[in-house]
Amino acid sequence: MPTNTMWLKIDGERLVPALQEALETLDGAGGEVVLDFSSVHRIDPSALRAMENFAGAADDKNARVVLQSVNIDVYRVFKLMKLAPRFSFLA
Amino acid sequence: MTESVSGPGEDRIAYLEGLVRQARTAAAVFTQYTQEDVDRIVKPMVSAGMEQAQHLARLAVEETRLGVLEDKALKNMVATEFVYNYVKDKRTVGVIREFPERGLVEVADPIGVIFSLTPITNPTATVLFKCIMAIKTRNAVVFSPHPGAWRCCYEAMRIMYETAVKHGAPEGVFTCVESPTLEDNAYLMHHKDVALIDATGGRGVVKAAYSSGKPALGVGPGNTPVYLEKTADLDMAVVDIITSKTFDNGTICASEQTVVIDDEIYDLVLKKFADLGAHICNEKEAALLSSTVIDPATGFARPMAVGQKATDIARVVGLSVEPSTKLLIAPIQGVGREHPLSAEKLFPLLSVYRAKSVDEALKVCVDVNHAGGLGHTAVVFSRNDEVVRKFSEVINAGRIIVNSPGSIGAIGGIYNDMVPTLSFGCGTGGGNSTMDNVNVYHYLNIKRVARRTQAPMWFRIPNQIYFNMNAVENLRQFPSRSTIIVTNPALEQMGHVDIVRRYLPPQTLVHVAAIPDGEPEVKVVMQGLEALNFYRADQVIALGGGSVIDAAKIMKLKYESPQADLEELGAPFLDIRKRVAEYPTEKTNRLRLIAIPTTSGTGSEVTPFAVLTDKERGRKVTLTDYSLSPDVAIVDPQFVMSMPKGLTADTGIDCLTHGLEAAVSVYASSYTDANALQAIQLAFKYLPIAYEQPHDEEARTMMHNAACIAALAFANASVGVNHALAHAFGARFGVAHGRANAVMLPHVIAYNASVPTKFMPSPHQRAYTAHKKYAMIADLLGLGGDTIAEKVENLVAATKELLDRLAIPRSIAEMGISKEEFERAVPDLAKIAFDDPSWRTNPRMPLVSELEDLFRSAYRGRGLAKAASVSEQETAMDGVAHANKYHVA
Repeated sequence: MPTNTMWLKIDGERLVPALQEALETLDGAGGEVVLDFSSVHRIDPSALRAMENFAGAADDKNARVVLQSVNIDVYRVFKLMKLAPRFSFLA
Repeated sequence: MTESVSGPGEDRIAYLEGLVRQARTAAAVFTQYTQEDVDRIVKPMVSAGMEQAQHLARLAVEETRLGVLEDKALKNMVATEFVYNYVKDKRTVGVIREFPERGLVEVADPIGVIFSLTPITNPTATVLFKCIMAIKTRNAVVFSPHPGAWRCCYEAMRIMYETAVKHGAPEGVFTCVESPTLEDNAYLMHHKDVALIDATGGRGVVKAAYSSGKPALGVGPGNTPVYLEKTADLDMAVVDIITSKTFDNGTICASEQTVVIDDEIYDLVLKKFADLGAHICNEKEAALLSSTVIDPATGFARPMAVGQKATDIARVVGLSVEPSTKLLIAPIQGVGREHPLSAEKLFPLLSVYRAKSVDEALKVCVDVNHAGGLGHTAVVFSRNDEVVRKFSEVINAGRIIVNSPGSIGAIGGIYNDMVPTLSFGCGTGGGNSTMDNVNVYHYLNIKRVARRTQAPMWFRIPNQIYFNMNAVENLRQFPSRSTIIVTNPALEQMGHVDIVRRYLPPQTLVHVAAIPDGEPEVKVVMQGLEALNFYRADQVIALGGGSVIDAAKIMKLKYESPQADLEELGAPFLDIRKRVAEYPTEKTNRLRLIAIPTTSGTGSEVTPFAVLTDKERGRKVTLTDYSLSPDVAIVDPQFVMSMPKGLTADTGIDCLTHGLEAAVSVYASSYTDANALQAIQLAFKYLPIAYEQPHDEEARTMMHNAACIAALAFANASVGVNHALAHAFGARFGVAHGRANAVMLPHVIAYNASVPTKFMPSPHQRAYTAHKKYAMIADLLGLGGDTIAEKVENLVAATKELLDRLAIPRSIAEMGISKEEFERAVPDLAKIAFDDPSWRTNPRMPLVSELEDLFRSAYRGRGLAKAASVSEQETAMDGVAHANKYHVA
């Protein structure tokens, strides 16, 4: 059971820096981090790389990453990149 | 010898994986783009390509040493501007086409990562073309240019890539393999993340692409035959051929290779070629070219000549020509390896052949086409449309260019309205998956969104139905010069024919054709037909039961359309609107058919069906077409007042079965329901009275009407499994049709009211409704019951009760058929019933084993069944009973 949940709203206009910041908070996240993607309308290759890094870092820290309110187009990109299994999704 | 390709080393694999990964990421990201996003990127790419056309052409010529700068620049422009002109308004994202009338929508999906091989002959134009197509379709491309054209291709790709990314394309959308090797290509062709291989190039490249097991667009070499026919505009033809064959020094694979010229114009044509700068080789010169530019080991042209000027080739092989020579022309006497110059020559050397006839010319063109040019391109110059048509029939080519240059014509959009391309699909003849000019639609997965459609239904009946006592008087209003009354001897003896005669207009010449009882045979129909022809009839009156009326229908069909093939018209079908058989629409003789039924059951007076027995061949032919429906029906109960009790019962149950089956048919509609339900009510009320009190005029009238009304329903909704069972059983054991229906009826109601093992596919029905329909009928009949299952049970009980009142055996056993004999017959009966078209509209699709079960249930009938009745279980399916066996106790 996660003992500590961090909730972070991701700014869709500055996705990569937002993910970098989230990566830093991951150190203190403990069990679970929830990234609110409701303002992310599109994801680009650099953001995808940042997401992969984020997933890798979360694995290293045994943290669970939950993506909240991911729109279907972005979700499809995760599926195509086979990234979806590395995250949990929350409506 | 098979070329063996070992895999790339570890570092190289890492490099290639990096390229694919970039492309894969870009392709995934690209899926989020809209049509507007894409179009915003494509336009500046086209402009960049146009601006750099000459620069890229120069690079290509410098690097490859092939072709002509000006022509390559032109190709770069075509690859950008012309392609853009074609794609700019095309939808390639999301919904791309809608067909509302068909309920179809096409939705485009990108393919993903495309591995693209590009040729040395058209290097930069091909790269520009593929980049524009890829962006327009939201795909990413990994390019592997021919090593001899890598630098110019990379530059073309770089220009496209930088422009695309600048305007919003995802980074990594184009990548290019540096110093590509066969090993690299093989690795990428088999890469799991490569979705499509687009291979433009020579035989080896295309073969490798198709051998990879990946979806591939592989286009390859050609060998373009040209037929220069004597009616052609020779000046135009000669200029077009020179223009095309010398364009980029003949490097376009669609360019002309062998020109087959009619004998009559041969010398003149060669002179015209010579006048415009071609060198016509003599026999010795042609032999010299054969032995130098064609490799005798392979039969293919040597690379040293590809894309070179005519004068340079002449110089190298030791041929003396004028410095202004544009084109070398070498006469050949045949096609194939023994005539080396008949092969593809991607340089300005054209072979010519003198043909003595059109036939010979076409054959030589076919030979050239089959000598390495299958599926690619062919050219014909002629003003004779018949020659053009024949040429296009016998030549296997994706592009048949008429009265225009082959190479520039095949590219499309310049001399014709074909789709502009730099990649020519060669169809299966060329080992390709497409024969099209490759375009944006080949870079898309097009999804079809198909909405449920409901075919228009119908309600077709004769336009005149006269009913009630003395309706026969209406015959007076039908003038006729010559009328044949088709009937049977018994009815004639009973005076029915006299009644009919009485009401025919006085001037009518009347003849009687009395036919035997029973289903009409072919020979009976033919005899009746002879009478119709002999008396030149303009009217036929069918006075009798279903068999007589059926016979008259078929006589009318053959009389009006003597060419009608009854066996062909009786072929089985699933949907009357889609069947193979076509009923004749042209009529030799016009004949009015008036049907006067003398039984109250078949309803043949208003149906489009007729059954014919072919005793010689031992088979029945069932004809179905609305053209068979009588023109007039006269439903006069005076003709049934003396019907025997047994016949009253059997035909009456036939009527009830028609109503019940039409009501639950998958073709049932509000129109047929109105008739079916009314007929069922009338039958339940009046059939017992007509049976028990045969002289009750009201009961006879109502049953006569009920039979006709039920027929109006089943003429449009058809029947069901009850009829399929009854047809098989009745024919095998000689049981009257109505009685055979009766013995099956309670079991079929229970069967249809239970949860189907297989639902009948039917777009007309939104849900399974048979059980509800039966319940509604029970309500109409006032049978009581609170639940659907109870109501169905009450309907079954009421049907059984009716059968009992009519003294109809309730089981096959009661008919005196031994169990052993019946059991032996059951497998065959079930097979025959399954072949019967009647059940095609049944609400549940019968399994053969279920038909066997139904037969066995009918055999046991009353008191013998022990299985669950339909009322036992209310189910989740809104009242449909789960009865694995639908026996009725």
